[in-house]
Amino acid sequence: MTRRGRRLALIALSLAVVGVAVGLGLYAMSDSIVFFYSPSEVIQKADRPGERLRVGGLVKAGSVVKSADERVAFVVTDGAHDLKVAYRGLLPDLFREGQGVVAEGVLTAPGEMRADTILAKHDERYMPREVVEALKKQGRWREGEAVARP
Amino acid sequence: MIVEIGHFALVLALAAALAQTVVPFWGARVGDDGLMAVGRNAALIQFALIAVAFAALVNAHLASDFSVLNVAENSNSAMPAIYKIAGVWGNHEGSMLLWVLILAIFGALVALFGRGLPRMLRADALAVQGLISLAFLAFILLTSNPFERLMPAPFEGRDLNPILQDPGLAIHPPLLYLGYVGFSIVFSFAAAALIEGRIDAAWARFVRPFTLVAWSFLTIGIAAGSFWAYYTLGWGGFWFWDPVENASLMPWLAGTAFLHSVAVMEKRDALKVWTIFLAILAFSFSLLGTFLVRSGVLTSVHAFANDPRRGVFILAILAMFICGSFALFAWRAPMLKQGGLFAPVSREGALVVNNLLLTTACATVLFGTLYPLGLEQLTGEKITVGAPFFNLTAGALLLTACFAAPFGFSLAWKRGDLLGVAQRLTLALVVGAATAIAGAAWLGGRSIFAPLAMGLGVFVILGALIEVVMRAWRPGLGAGMALKRALGLPLSFYGGALAHLGVGVTLLGLSGLGFGAETIATLHKGAPVEVGPYSVTLNSVEQRVGPNYTEAVAPMTVRSGGVAVAEIAPARRQFASREMTTTEAGLKTLHFGQIYVAIADPAADGTVPARLYWKPLVTLIWLGAAAMALGGALSLADRRLRFGAAVRARAGARPLAQPAQ
Repeated sequence: MTRRGRRLALIALSLAVVGVAVGLGLYAMSDSIVFFYSPSEVIQKADRPGERLRVGGLVKAGSVVKSADERVAFVVTDGAHDLKVAYRGLLPDLFREGQGVVAEGVLTAPGEMRADTILAKHDERYMPREVVEALKKQGRWREGEAVARP
Repeated sequence: MIVEIGHFALVLALAAALAQTVVPFWGARVGDDGLMAVGRNAALIQFALIAVAFAALVNAHLASDFSVLNVAENSNSAMPAIYKIAGVWGNHEGSMLLWVLILAIFGALVALFGRGLPRMLRADALAVQGLISLAFLAFILLTSNPFERLMPAPFEGRDLNPILQDPGLAIHPPLLYLGYVGFSIVFSFAAAALIEGRIDAAWARFVRPFTLVAWSFLTIGIAAGSFWAYYTLGWGGFWFWDPVENASLMPWLAGTAFLHSVAVMEKRDALKVWTIFLAILAFSFSLLGTFLVRSGVLTSVHAFANDPRRGVFILAILAMFICGSFALFAWRAPMLKQGGLFAPVSREGALVVNNLLLTTACATVLFGTLYPLGLEQLTGEKITVGAPFFNLTAGALLLTACFAAPFGFSLAWKRGDLLGVAQRLTLALVVGAATAIAGAAWLGGRSIFAPLAMGLGVFVILGALIEVVMRAWRPGLGAGMALKRALGLPLSFYGGALAHLGVGVTLLGLSGLGFGAETIATLHKGAPVEVGPYSVTLNSVEQRVGPNYTEAVAPMTVRSGGVAVAEIAPARRQFASREMTTTEAGLKTLHFGQIYVAIADPAADGTVPARLYWKPLVTLIWLGAAAMALGGALSLADRRLRFGAAVRARAGARPLAQPAQ
């Protein structure tokens, strides 16, 4: 094969691989991207039951109810609006009432979600950055209260 | 005082790095041997100075000198000595110091073992390495000084983040950095080749040992991090496609591609421009990873600092090196001479396919990692790109690459015989396909990935073994003769075979995912809970006191068919100094699989909420990575790749005009 022919074959092969990758990527993008909302944004923007999302806020004090088989229900709040979360499983080590939390799951009804993943902070000094920003939007954030990041 | 010596040594190291950058570069331009030789000494001096600085910081941590801000914030006198030492890099400043220390180690390695290198190439490579050092030393001294004093000194330190108080901290970061930063030397050699506008098979021979070192450490470092996350986070997951993990995977993918293309260049003098491109790419990804992890743009347990100046500074370094090197590449690469020809079906052709798949996979990972960051900057919209995206894109491409691997490994250089290779691999193909079908039947269609990965794993392992046998044995050959031939095969061949075998073993481990079991239950004393083929019984709940924590331990017995096979003791640790709790999973390896139990806080009535997993074959994931790294080490031991051997052999033939130091 000539140098030119070889080069054309190589270019065709590269385009094929890149094309497949882009195709797979676009297909995967359509259903594996998850939006992050605060409870207020959930009320405004995400009202379609079955939609997958991530919600960040504070665990409302006094809202955590534990029942049999490690089922937990609690309320995530950003001060302005609340969202009920149902979860089955072990809560992360630093899950506390009044502290920041990120819940990922599916909206079951307006204002209610079933979470399959609960993230809390990794360290007592930090709070999930998303939660800080959600609180800031609602004007409920006091600077110096805690430093961002799980 | 020792702390000030450390600080001072670091400042002097900056001066040494400056000398290492400017003098040999100038020497190479004017052709002055004396000036070029300065690079070698400057690299060694720089290494010694950074080692002094690092030792001073280790000493401060060991002595619990809380008048040093870094120690006061990240250490505690009650911590065991191993965590006091590992805590040195368990924070931003210390980890950056480790970064430059490893940078300097690689510079020193070139200085010490680079005698066989052309003088100009060595001088230019050391100059570029010095420039990288210069940038990062300036970064440390200006924004992240680990030697900053605290007045007045507190009586007790704030303690290291309990999640980091684990043997994993002693192992994972140094290994990962040896890999990550090791690619700097490959980058430096690539830049040096571009500066000179000349590159040949000899260049590939010089660079290959360093690549093997960096790649092997990166492989084992990523595996160590994955294993650490697996046993410490309590979810039983080992890879989350978290941006920080992706940041280490991207240099690995680019580095793996480079390792393969540099082999083509060494053997066949082809793919030169592409190889140089990959060398630049691999280290660019290392820099990008450092930026993503250290600047605070990502939220993760790896992000310690959030001083915005640091982010901007690293971004500036990143921009300088990536833009600078690609500009150099664009300017100089067209001048490099074209390499040898090869047929599309050949070892070279297969390696091109490997490179295409690896780099495209790398690009999809890059996209998935940066897209959320970019979107947030542009629109304020916050999204996560989840595991399904990466599995479908990078996962599919990498599985394809795995399928191609045994074919490439068996093809001949220059012109291969695909049909012949397929015939050789028939056994592997048939057994692999049978495994995949059996697995799919067993699962009843619950997972496509698991049986596919299992069949592929078997195919790759058998493919590697068949090639070893075929190289040593021909029909009609006696066992003794075959053994003799097998012993005569080069170590680098065995290294490659072992690395490919490791890929297959890792695939088998991944396939175990589909065959596992998990359950969430409230454990009552004496009541067994089924998980997979085993049952787990809670025996008691005990309170214990550790060096700097208290823990609730829940000893359990694992039974198989009524027979006790293991005792495990998952625990919850309470660290008083940070008011934090960590989960210590109870683990037991049974036939390459693991029983994994993580508990929550025991209830007042003596019951324990727990997550129980049976993870068949899971240990193979990391054993496979260890085999890959070992394969790299084996190739490295090949005497043809050693500088010294080459020099001795040549010195015998004709005396070389060595510069008189």
